[in-house]
Amino acid sequence: MAGSTLRFSLLLAAAFAGRATALWPWPQYIQTSELRYTIFPQSFQFQYHLSSAAQVGCSVLDEAFQRYRDLLFGSVAFRFPHPIEKRHTSEKNSLVVLVVTPGCDQFPSLGSVENYTLTINDEQSLLLSETVWGALRGLETFSQLIWRSPEGTFYVNKTDIEDFPRFPHRGLLLDTSRHYLPLASILDTLDVMAYNKFNVFHWHLVDDSSFPYESFTFPELTKKGSYNPATHIYTAQDVKEVIEYARLRGIRVLAEFDTPGHTLSWGPGVPGLLTPCYSGSHPSGTFGPVNPALNNTYEFMSTFFLEISTVFPDFYLHLGGDEVDFTCWKSNPDIQAFMKKKGFGDDFKKLESFYIQTLLDIVSAYGKGYVVWQEVFDNKVKVRPDTIIQVWREEIPVKYVKELALVTRAGFRALLSAPWYLNHITYGPDWKEIYLVEPLAFEGSPEQKALVIGGEACMWGEYVDSTNLVPRLWPRAGAVAERLWSNKMVSNLDFAFKRLAHFRCELLRRGVQAQPLSVGYCDMEFEQT
Amino acid sequence: MEQRGLARLRLPGLLALLAALAARTPRVSASGDLNLWPLPVSLKTTPRLFYLSPGNFFFGHSPTSKAGPSCAVLQEAFRRYYDYIFGFYKWHHGHNKIPSEMELQKLEVSVIMDPECDSFPSITSDESYTLLVKGPVATLTANRVWGVLRGLETFSQLIYQDSYGTFTANESNIVDSPRFPHRGILIDTSRHFLPVKTILKTLDAMAFNKFNVLHWHIVDDQSFPYQSISFPELSNKGSYSLSHVYTPNDVRTVIEYARLRGIRVLPEFDSPGHTESWGKGQKDLLTPCYHAREPSGTFGPINPILNSTYSFLSKLFKEISTVFPDEFIHLGGDEVNFNCWVLDMISTMKKRSIVWQEVYDDEGKLLPGTVVQVWKMGDFYKELENITAAGFPVIISAPWYLDVINYGQDWRQYYSVKPLNFAGTPEQKQLVIGGEACIWGEYVDATNLTPRLWPRASAVGERLWSPQEVTDLDDAYRRLTRHRCRMVRRGIAAQPLFTGYCEHEGRM
Repeated sequence: MAGSTLRFSLLLAAAFAGRATALWPWPQYIQTSELRYTIFPQSFQFQYHLSSAAQVGCSVLDEAFQRYRDLLFGSVAFRFPHPIEKRHTSEKNSLVVLVVTPGCDQFPSLGSVENYTLTINDEQSLLLSETVWGALRGLETFSQLIWRSPEGTFYVNKTDIEDFPRFPHRGLLLDTSRHYLPLASILDTLDVMAYNKFNVFHWHLVDDSSFPYESFTFPELTKKGSYNPATHIYTAQDVKEVIEYARLRGIRVLAEFDTPGHTLSWGPGVPGLLTPCYSGSHPSGTFGPVNPALNNTYEFMSTFFLEISTVFPDFYLHLGGDEVDFTCWKSNPDIQAFMKKKGFGDDFKKLESFYIQTLLDIVSAYGKGYVVWQEVFDNKVKVRPDTIIQVWREEIPVKYVKELALVTRAGFRALLSAPWYLNHITYGPDWKEIYLVEPLAFEGSPEQKALVIGGEACMWGEYVDSTNLVPRLWPRAGAVAERLWSNKMVSNLDFAFKRLAHFRCELLRRGVQAQPLSVGYCDMEFEQT
Repeated sequence: MEQRGLARLRLPGLLALLAALAARTPRVSASGDLNLWPLPVSLKTTPRLFYLSPGNFFFGHSPTSKAGPSCAVLQEAFRRYYDYIFGFYKWHHGHNKIPSEMELQKLEVSVIMDPECDSFPSITSDESYTLLVKGPVATLTANRVWGVLRGLETFSQLIYQDSYGTFTANESNIVDSPRFPHRGILIDTSRHFLPVKTILKTLDAMAFNKFNVLHWHIVDDQSFPYQSISFPELSNKGSYSLSHVYTPNDVRTVIEYARLRGIRVLPEFDSPGHTESWGKGQKDLLTPCYHAREPSGTFGPINPILNSTYSFLSKLFKEISTVFPDEFIHLGGDEVNFNCWVLDMISTMKKRSIVWQEVYDDEGKLLPGTVVQVWKMGDFYKELENITAAGFPVIISAPWYLDVINYGQDWRQYYSVKPLNFAGTPEQKQLVIGGEACIWGEYVDATNLTPRLWPRASAVGERLWSPQEVTDLDDAYRRLTRHRCRMVRRGIAAQPLFTGYCEHEGRM
């Protein structure tokens, strides 16, 4: 271990030397030199290696080549070089991509291999990866290696990179219920996620405030539960577009339909679904969580989640399960009677468990896995051993570090979000705190640590909509991205600051409204439209 | 009618009388669905509705008005407000026939005194107006064009689309004037450069909120983007890059754009501290710091012992006093001992000075009439009491540092500030000429300025414009939520106050 630490820090020092080393997130292994190659935009090409499993016609890579060409060189047209044109060894006219396993038409999954190696030297300019997903990560890295001299010439330095993610689940949560986010905001976010090597878009689609997901089995949900059923909704076409846009960038879409709490917006469209709250012996006219005492509820959930399981291709669904308020259940005589019948006594956690277990059985039967918020674990709901528990509470019932230990000791896989609620803002460079989180800094066996599959940056929507989403998200979420991708030892703040400041200017250049880390400037500032 | 500040601020005859009758408490009769921000001094509406058709509505001058079609401030404003009111719908000509007795066809504008069409707004500019909304001709009356501008904004806010999409206004009678004459936004273009477009956008949003001063903190330690005619090396060497510079033409553009919206541009050239960037283009200006007996290679504030310093400053400020037409120059003077010589110099240029509170705290003696800006949060009420007791006019900023951010609805705290809540005589209170919302630039540039500023600054806008009795937070929340949607519709990426939605979401 000590040996590898030493080797690693030497590499960091070496990396500082070159100017093409402003990579974000930092790769697992990198060696660069001062030796540089010129790139001529007109003649530069991304090419498939003859023995690559992916060839022309591979949607994921064909599209990626196009995207990265545009990002790097703008609208400079490609011209086939004249055959007798002299080739200089100091020029690079292509990046050759070799993918080992076919799979251009699949969806990325939790098990997708994202490793790649990138070799730029006199002999070759090669991106080698097991899968197309790894190739996507490598293309992003390659795009960050290219730099431009003040005279406008493009260069890439002699470089060797071997890279792979530290955690397989690197997510970003957007909340489209508290505020509706236009489709374009979501698609733009997926682009920036790819720049940061995020690979999961956790889509918190619906909540108390509104129900923008247009269900074809229950169209009344959106008709009555959205902010505006004509404009503030996601049609089936929109959802398909998000999923495909994400797939092309190697990003999974993890859809969340949170129940039994956080469901007020479901009520108007599905009469009888929510629990009527009582004031004394009369219904008060307000509603609480989903009514767990009725068979109708489970029939509805069966049909609804059958649709959801079909619409969203990812193996996992997020079923929520957080912050269930028992007050309304307690007030309702039908619920009280149901409790008695089931022998739950006064323990409403048992009622919650009953609901969630039934729901999990429904979803399991559709061949899906599931992620739930930590309360499901805290309240000792019996869940399948392959359930993923998302840890979001910082202090309660225990500090999140301790919670990770508990969850993994019980043998469940865990996702960390607690320290990464990016909707919380304060004055100053809070990215540092975000960056310094160490997800495995809890007491536990190596087996336990292996159960932490990653984490998510969360941008809840109470105070966020399309007016402020982008600057609030970037580059702060970038700090999470590097923590989840790069080696644990990459934690030096000065090193990170230098690269992140550079990366945010690169984001501006790519048209992303990423806010500043500190005083200073970018060559290309954000221009108001 | 409260009158603030400077002795020569006098509200001319006729309107003063009207205002005095109407002032007292704001009344919202038949409140309906009004989304006005900031709330006017007096507002009466009836349930009677008038309808407007984009193809059959126009702004015009009353035959008795002192201003006519040659008045650029008004002609430009007519065009802007037509756009704000009818927006996307202006090309829909096929209007459903409105019975003529229910149609509002014209807003007739009347300026009573010399309109000041070609002047710059000043601290004493009269912004009062009266607005009568009725059919077929509504009237907007003001002493000067500045009042017309404020009235046009109010008029545009009175018009809404009913559920059939028809442009509608309630019969209304509004008498309005500002509580404080200095209502500013401070932007900082040194810590981060703000492109001119961003500044112009900010001026638009300021006009929507009846702000009237752009306090342009143009240079500081980090960079010197102001391109000086007399000392071009200052920005050649002191700016972030040659594309991060405000040329004389840029500055003129900002000043004129502001003027057309009734907004003053108050330039700040902060010295003698906060001047690191000046040193790069002006040799020997800054004090070399010593480490033991050797110069350490670093520099401190402006060097006060050299004659060259004074000839440089005198020439620079002479230029600034010509380039910026406003009567006031902000001389900074914060966080370091200030040299009163600069104040004297400014007064010889027929300009008046504004300084940060330290200059008063440290020196105590200032030229009479120097305005002191209070920014330290500490006990700012005590500071207001002291400075006004010494007879100096003050501007309040301490509770309104909007670059300091928190999770949640911090606008409530800005809104609830009571500017005159300090011990003092009525004469002392008169010396509070207004306030400024400050958005310092350490963590702010063009990417996040707009959503961070709006609608949080709107809370300050209403506090400085509306009568002091306007304090109901629930009503403010209701109005401000809609006002922010209105700003979004007009292209300002104002962030949400809380969960909810706008009919037209921003797509930034």
